[in-house]
Formats: sequence, structure tokens, C-alpha cells
Amino acid sequence: MKLSKESVLGLIAIATILLMSLIAPGFLSSNNINNLMFQLPEFGLIALGMMVVIITGGIDLSITYIAALSGVGAALMLVNGYPIFLAILVAVIFGLACGAFNGFIVSKIGVSPILVTIGTWVLFEGIILAITKGQSISGFSETYSLIGNGYYMGLFPLSMLIFAFFVLVTGVLLNKTGWGRNVYMYGSNDVATLFSGVRNNRVVMKVYLYAGLLAAISAIIMTSRYNSVKVDLGSSYLLQSVAASVLGGTKIEGGYGKVMGTVYAVIIFLTLSNGLNLLGVHRAIVDVFIGVILISVLTLNFFSDKIKQKKETTKASKVA
Amino acid sequence: MSEYLLQMKNISKTFPGVKALDNVELEIKKGEVHALIGENGAGKSTLIKILAGVYTPDPGARFFFEGKEAEISKPLDATMKGISIIYQDLSLFPNLSVAENIYIGRDSHKKPWTKVKWNDIKKIANKALKELDMDIDASIPVEQLSIAQQQMVEIARALAFDSKLIVMDEPTSSLSAGEVEKLYNVIDKLKKQGISIIFISHKLKELFKVSDRFTVLRDGKFVGSYDAQDMTEPKLIQLMVGRNVTYEKNQATVEVGETIFKVNQLSKEGNFKDISFELRKGEVLGITGLVGSGRTELAQAIFGISTPDAGTIELYGKKLSIRNSAGAVKEGVAYIPEARQTQGLVLEQSVINNISLPIISKLKNKFRLTDRKQEVKLAEEYVKTLDIRPALPHLDAGNLSGGNQQKIVIAKWLSTKPKVIIFDEPTNGIDIGAKTEIHKLMRKLANEGIGVIMISSELPEILAVSDRILVMRHGRIAGELNVAEATQENIMHYALQGKSNGKAPTFVAESNQMSQGV
Repeated sequence: MKLSKESVLGLIAIATILLMSLIAPGFLSSNNINNLMFQLPEFGLIALGMMVVIITGGIDLSITYIAALSGVGAALMLVNGYPIFLAILVAVIFGLACGAFNGFIVSKIGVSPILVTIGTWVLFEGIILAITKGQSISGFSETYSLIGNGYYMGLFPLSMLIFAFFVLVTGVLLNKTGWGRNVYMYGSNDVATLFSGVRNNRVVMKVYLYAGLLAAISAIIMTSRYNSVKVDLGSSYLLQSVAASVLGGTKIEGGYGKVMGTVYAVIIFLTLSNGLNLLGVHRAIVDVFIGVILISVLTLNFFSDKIKQKKETTKASKVA
Repeated sequence: MSEYLLQMKNISKTFPGVKALDNVELEIKKGEVHALIGENGAGKSTLIKILAGVYTPDPGARFFFEGKEAEISKPLDATMKGISIIYQDLSLFPNLSVAENIYIGRDSHKKPWTKVKWNDIKKIANKALKELDMDIDASIPVEQLSIAQQQMVEIARALAFDSKLIVMDEPTSSLSAGEVEKLYNVIDKLKKQGISIIFISHKLKELFKVSDRFTVLRDGKFVGSYDAQDMTEPKLIQLMVGRNVTYEKNQATVEVGETIFKVNQLSKEGNFKDISFELRKGEVLGITGLVGSGRTELAQAIFGISTPDAGTIELYGKKLSIRNSAGAVKEGVAYIPEARQTQGLVLEQSVINNISLPIISKLKNKFRLTDRKQEVKLAEEYVKTLDIRPALPHLDAGNLSGGNQQKIVIAKWLSTKPKVIIFDEPTNGIDIGAKTEIHKLMRKLANEGIGVIMISSELPEILAVSDRILVMRHGRIAGELNVAEATQENIMHYALQGKSNGKAPTFVAESNQMSQGV
């Protein structure tokens, strides 16, 4: 049986977990497992948003600042005494608005995504600083903190359920809808989609909207978990989410990327850095380690794609 | 010394699954123009890339240069021997000056900190340009030059390198008639200097005009080398295709029905002006004209890729307002683009995904999600009815041959149930077998009541497929002919001189702008 790229990653993720439970002291302690389970959703949601954008051949470097701005929106509602559902609604609206802004400039005006989102990164950061004056906003209600810290049936973290839901939704949207298919086709060749009557700008607009939505959901979980929000909310996830998408098999030039690949990559990232931390490895060395893994995987992917291409060519010419 | 400048023997090249060249030879005499000919896929480019050192041939290949055994295993080997290749899509640096482009590559063996000798660069460039009688300022960037001038810069570069052999790959494909004449003069001049030239072209008339000898390749095999004076056009065609192929002129008298499609006074500044025509049920409407006469621009405006400035389009009496390609598809207008690999297909996606591309949002199951089963079934049906090979719809489209790729594009549009299909150079780069199939398919679609418009530069194809022919010139319709009255000559007459001029057509030199071959 031949395994897909994603199943191989899944096996590597399991192997990493097994390895860490053997060598890292306290990896399997309930405290540590909880820690991991609570980190996964916020990082995973950002990474999924990033992946969807990368499949179109773009990138969203403003994604964590969208999250931070959404978080600020929610926090302002909460500290001013509005009900939780309104706070969540505002966060989602902020996320969608930021995504729409990115999407509009990329799809309608046609500026390259990397430039647009570097611009909006600075823009959103500036807006947050103007609102918060660089201070953190904190002190939300007990109920709100349940979103990021609570358990379902006392066992399963609530945030994990939210994450699982969006994993499913993203998978269905990408693989089971016309929009999802067009995302892949556009990522492979946007000229051919245009010449096939696909409304390219709508496809791209929805991609940035969806990334904005996932950033907002992640922001809700993060603000609830940390019970505070600051301009750098989740900012460490920015480049990590690009790395996770690519490690998960997403093609940086667009046209390919699978939800489960990204999820496995996020698990591998988290397990590794957590395990190495427990082993007392210095933070900087952990980064070096992850960097090496990332580059090895990319090199490996490059060659395995080449081999696959060769095989298909042979197959085609043999049958023809 | 040997009379041959270059001899290549026992040249074979195997790609994964394909033998592109099988024991081919090529012998070039000093100071001759040698035509290398064959159909698309015959192995011409592979042979040239081996000569250039870009591809390594299979073991057993032997090269002789000026009578001595030589080795060409990397591009530098070829350059050092004085072999220059001028590729069809020129390989200049657009933002560097003419002089820099001519000089480039000479300093590559020097240490990186060597001072650049700008005066030498200018001197060398001006000398080479002068030899070609080219009046170009060597200090302006290449991107400001016309294609013909850029080509001359490439030739100047070859001269400046003291080339003994210059390969020209389809050098006239984007030149105007006057520029072609100029190129011929330059070729004559090079010949007199004892420089050999390998000339690749699909235009037989032109080959007969410039070449001293021919080497014919067919399906990667060596057919033979011949002196030009012993050769005739029909004989050459027969050698190329291995059988006597001339298209039958379309004789069928179709019963034309109601008007399907009507274009009225359509104009777009700088592209086309006052285009009016009707398309009736059952007929194939051919549109021809020289490259740059506005045919593709017209088709893309109808399809909504660009917006016309004025005029109307009607489909079955209903006025269309098409603002983008999605709108065109919705109305039932399909366009099969000339650039199959970039505009027609998503090469790295499967045949299935390509066929369902325009209708994917409509293929829904009861949960309103994509119905993959129906999608695969649809693709399999088209693979079967259009005989797409290999019949593996899960394969990436890029793995199929040109003819089969074109069939995928056609299948994609048939899936939308179009009312009108515009084929833009539908058989460009497709082998003769698939060509005939596509011709038959267009006829069949017309018989089934779909409006078929075919744009083509290839006159035999136009005559073989169309019932009515529009000839475009400088963005206007210069003439309309029924196939019964049409000949290559009177089409060319319209294409070159327009309708007002009643004189007998004289276009021997110009006619090579349109393909006269198979």
C-alpha cells in the first residue's frame, strides 16, 4: 500500500509523540498534555487560515494582527460590560472586515499578496496601538474564560472541540464545494481559470475572508485563555503558521495543500518544542532544531514531487 | 580539411518513456544554409538542444567539428566551438543595453572584480551591428527595440562571438514581410563570410528560398538529407509526414439554418474596428488573417476577457452584455484559446478537474456539496467519446500530448453545453492525426447545431474546415468568401491588400507570414 504525503506526516506526528513520551520527563503528565491540548487550537486555526491563502499562491502576513485586532474588539466589548455573544460577534466582524480589506486589494486592485499583507500588518498593528496605547486590556468574566480554559464533559477541552469543528469545515469547504475546487485550480493557474469563466476575484476574496474568520476564532480562544489582549497577541504564530502549512505539504507556489497535512504539522511543531523544552534544551536550540527539520522536509518534498512527476510521465507515455 | 563544419552521428535521446531521437545524423557544410525540418514532435528541438549542450545524448553519440572528433556535453562546449543558437523566444536581457547584450558571457571566465571595460563593450557591439548594417543605438535597452531588431541583436551577438554556426529557430515567426526580407539579406551576408546556418521553420516557401540543403526528421528518426535543387514542395511534405497529405478542400454544401450569433459593428480601440458578421446554424465560420490582424483580440472581446468600446453581440436574437468570461460562459459562449498550456488548461491538475472546471459549482449532490461521482463519470464519458489517450482521467493534464490536451479543453467546454464555440488556432502544435480528428469534431458540432467559429492562420485548414471565411486585415474585415470561391491565393490577397485593390496579388515574399504547409 502506498501512503499519501499526509499519512506519512501523521505517522511522523505519532512517532514524535511516542519519542517524547519516552525521553522527555513529564511529557505524559496530565498537566503537560493539557498544556499541549490548549495550545493546539489557537495555533492550528491560524495555520489553517494561512494554508488556505497559500493554496491560492498568496500569503497572509497580517493574519496574526487580524487576530490581535479581533481580540481587541472583543476585549473592548467585554470590559465595557456587553454580553459575551456580542463580544464574539464583534471579534468575527473585525476579522471578516480585515480579511475583506486584504481580499479587495489583492483581487480587485491586483497588488501581490505579500505586499498587501505586509502593508495591512503594519496598518492593523498601528490601529491596535492607537486603540490600546500599547497597554494590555484584561479582566474578562469567568464565563468568557471558559471558552479557552473549559472542558466539555470535564474531559475534553472546549477549544479543541471548536478547532475540530473548523478542521472539518475547512476540509469540507476545500474538497466538497465549487469554491474549494476553484481555490486549488486558481492556485495552479489563475489565467486558465479566468479563461474558463471562473470569477477569480470572488474566489480570492473569499479566501482572505475565510483567513480573517479563522484568525478571529483563534483570537477569541486566545483572549479567553490569557484573560488579556495586547498588540502582540499570537504574533509568534505568524511565521510558524507559514512553516506549518509548508511542512504539512502545502505548495508555496499554490495549487496543493491538505487540511490534515497542516494539522499534523502543527502537532509535530508543538510536540517537538514542548518535549525539547522539558528536556531542558535551550529555546534557541529548539528553534535551530525546528529550522533543520523544516528545511529537510522541504528538500525531501521537492525530490519526491520530481519522482512523482517522472512516474506519471512514464505512465502516460506507456499507455498512449 | 573536411568540407563539413559539423557532423553529428548516432544521436539518440531517451526521455522517460519516450524515445525522442533514434539514431539521427546531421551534417552541416561550411557556409551553407541548412534547413532542419519535420512536423511538431519530430525531434528538431531535441536535436538542437543536444547541439547546444543543453541535453546530453544517449551513449554512442559522436560529434565531429571541422573534421575532428569533438565533445559537446555542456553549453560552454558549444559556445567555445562557435555555435550560437537563436531561440524562437529570444534570450536577451530586456533591461540591459544592446551593447551589454551583445557582450554578455565573455567576462564569465574572468575574476569577478575585473574592471568592466565599457569602451571595449561598445566597440565590439558597434562593429557587429555595422557588419549587419543595423542602425541601432547600442546604448539603449533592448526592451525598447522591435522583435525584429532584437533578433538582429541576437545575430550580432553570434557574430561578435566569431560564431561558425548559427542556429535560427523559427526566426520569421513574428516578423513582418519587410523584416523577413531584411533577415534574408543578413543570412546571405553571413553565408558569404563562410558562416553556416541551421534554419528551422514550418514555412516551406521560405525554406526553399533560403536553404541550400534539407535534413528531414520524422518521429525522432532520420529520414534523409537532400540538396535543395533536387527537392520539391510536395516531395518534402511527403518526406515529413511519411504519406501524401493534403487536406481536401471542404466540398460539403451544408444546409444553413437560422442565425445563431450576430456581431454588430464591434470595435475596440487599437485592436479591431467595425466588425460585423453572422453565424448560422450548421456552418463553420473560418476567420483568418495575418498574425496581429486582430483575430484573437476579437475573440477574447466576445468572450469577455476584454471589453469592446462599441458594438453589440446577439445570441439567438437576444442582445448579450458580457462583462467578463463568467458572463460569457453563462450565456453559452465558449472560447478555446490559442495558448493551450497557459490559458486553456491547468496542467498540474487532473484531467477530471480540468473538464469540470467551468461547471464545478453546478455539480452538487443532495447535500449541496460537490458530487465527485458525477464529476468523474462526466469526465470518463468525454474521455471515451473524444478518445482522449491515455484514458486515465486521474492523471495530471500536463502529462498528455498536445492533441489530447486540446481534446480536454474541448471536453471542458462541451460540458457547459455551449451555444457557440470559438476555436482559436485549435490545431497549433498538434500532430496530423489529432488534427484531422479535431477538424471532424468541429464539423460534427456544427451539424449538431452548435455555432462554430474557427480562427486559423493555416490556409489549408481554413479551406478544409470552413463553409464561409472572413479575412481580417489591420483589425477590420477585409473580405468574406464562400469556401467554394475561396483559394489560398484570394484569401492572401485580402489578408495582404484588403478589398479595394483589384490587382492580381503579388505576395511571394509576404506569404510566408501565413503557413502554407500542412
